[in-house]
Amino acid sequence: MSRPLINRSPLPGMALSAGITLTLLSLVVLLPIGALLLRGATAGFPALWHEVNTPRIWGALFLSFKLSLYAALINLVFGVALAWVLVRYRFPGRRLLDAAVDLPFALPTAVAGIALTALYAPNGAFGSIAKDLGFKIAYTQWGILIALIFVGLPFVTRTVQPVVEEIEREVEEASATLGATRAYTLRRVVLPMLAPAAMTGFALSLARAVGEYGSVIFIAGNIPLKTEIAPLLIVIKLEEFNYTGATAIGIAMLLISFAMLLVINAIQVFSRRRIGYV
Amino acid sequence: MSDVPTNHWPKQPASAAHRPVTTESPGFRVALIAVVVVFLALLLFAPLVAVFAEALSKGAVEAIKSLANPEATSAIKLTLIVAAVAVPLNAVFGIAAAWFITKYDFRGKALLITLIDLPFSVSPVVAGLCLVLTFGANTAVGGWLVAQGYPIVFALPSIILASMFVTFPFVARELIPVMIEQGKAEEEAALTLGASGWRIFFTVTLPNIRWALLYGVLLCNARAMGEFGAVAVVSGKIRGQTATMPITIEMLYNEYLSVSAFSLAAVLALLALVTLTLKTLLEWRFADQLAAANRL
Repeated sequence: MSRPLINRSPLPGMALSAGITLTLLSLVVLLPIGALLLRGATAGFPALWHEVNTPRIWGALFLSFKLSLYAALINLVFGVALAWVLVRYRFPGRRLLDAAVDLPFALPTAVAGIALTALYAPNGAFGSIAKDLGFKIAYTQWGILIALIFVGLPFVTRTVQPVVEEIEREVEEASATLGATRAYTLRRVVLPMLAPAAMTGFALSLARAVGEYGSVIFIAGNIPLKTEIAPLLIVIKLEEFNYTGATAIGIAMLLISFAMLLVINAIQVFSRRRIGYV
Repeated sequence: MSDVPTNHWPKQPASAAHRPVTTESPGFRVALIAVVVVFLALLLFAPLVAVFAEALSKGAVEAIKSLANPEATSAIKLTLIVAAVAVPLNAVFGIAAAWFITKYDFRGKALLITLIDLPFSVSPVVAGLCLVLTFGANTAVGGWLVAQGYPIVFALPSIILASMFVTFPFVARELIPVMIEQGKAEEEAALTLGASGWRIFFTVTLPNIRWALLYGVLLCNARAMGEFGAVAVVSGKIRGQTATMPITIEMLYNEYLSVSAFSLAAVLALLALVTLTLKTLLEWRFADQLAAANRL
């Protein structure tokens, strides 16, 4: 606490840059989030609890979290494999694949939503194959899972890729000279180095999936208690002018996001202490 | 580290017997590449192809005709207006925030960075809800503004605010690591030579960060034009007035106007492809400058 609030610097522009930063941050981000929390505080905990504590809302929150967890786990495994392939292997089309990984960041979610629905609906290219095999993808939880895998796909790859690039081959060689098989080296030497970055990517992917709306609502079918996600319920409550209900779900989701932010930060602090980098 | 040759293992064909110890067996490599390619083909390339295939399912003429429809043109116009306001504002914010964070030493810096990153972890729908609760007609601020004839929610300002919220961290996120890497020695040298603040910024800082800035602006723009969840909540979805391109795509799709919906979607998909291409070109050309951002 002995450090001064601001160290004086000879570089000009501090007041201006601080002013712009704090004004826009307050107006665009902090004021609206504050309004949500204020609304929640005025309604009081019992009223909020009364709104959230219905089977339909618990169902939606549980469904959102469960499917996001599955999607993030699939992206974790696949993302590490993809990062490894992109950095370590040379094959035709590698650069195209590398560039394409960011597509879910760039493609608007509504576009992704209708495209996935067109493909996986019972009359779509993949959906009709599934139908012949006797199961349905779009308008079931499988459809939601596919949409959530899509939106979370780049996170693990993009956090793990730079770490793979920085692994020094000498470490792997040392492991091999000590008699380890390649599989053992990968499992006991390489994977532990990738683990912190992979966990960060996993958490980011999970956070993104829990809040995802645009790509999911088209493919979900939106049947209460079966394929209804939490963000959709906020939209429904708002359409019914039930602002307390919308506030209650909004705060619940905000708390989930904050919890995940804390987990991400904890992972980074932990691995920085243990390994020295993230 | 760079003066040590990296290829000091025997240069031999990677047969099972003589492959370097730091690679997997050829069979494993081929299998892993195949798994990755199939997964990406099913999840990334197929939807992209589907957008264009559905748009062109009744021929290119129908697709172009549906884009000339007044509903589509007003949506395109609105989306361009929103991006034209939200993206420059976020760019100015990003530059100011990066300058403030990297050039000065103050307490609470970590908190400030966390707050700037906050929109990444807030659901777009929750962001929209927050704006409705701040500026909606039944709130104190919103009610007063409506009485003055300046409605925010269900009108253009809320769409701009929603787009700004979801893309808020993009530019700052790209600039901060680059500016940390570059330090402030060059700016301080310019200062000792008598340059003014603006002159330092335009002749010293900006040339150093321009590619990272362009990169951030590109990402910000793609996301702002394509934002759906937050805008869906605040726009009120009034046809021809507050329906942006993604909102119009939803309305057309729900009315089973498949060709119109997918044609408009194809325009946004093209924008995404252009963004990705430019981004990739920037990464190849200016890998060293952008590398700082990728390490965080």
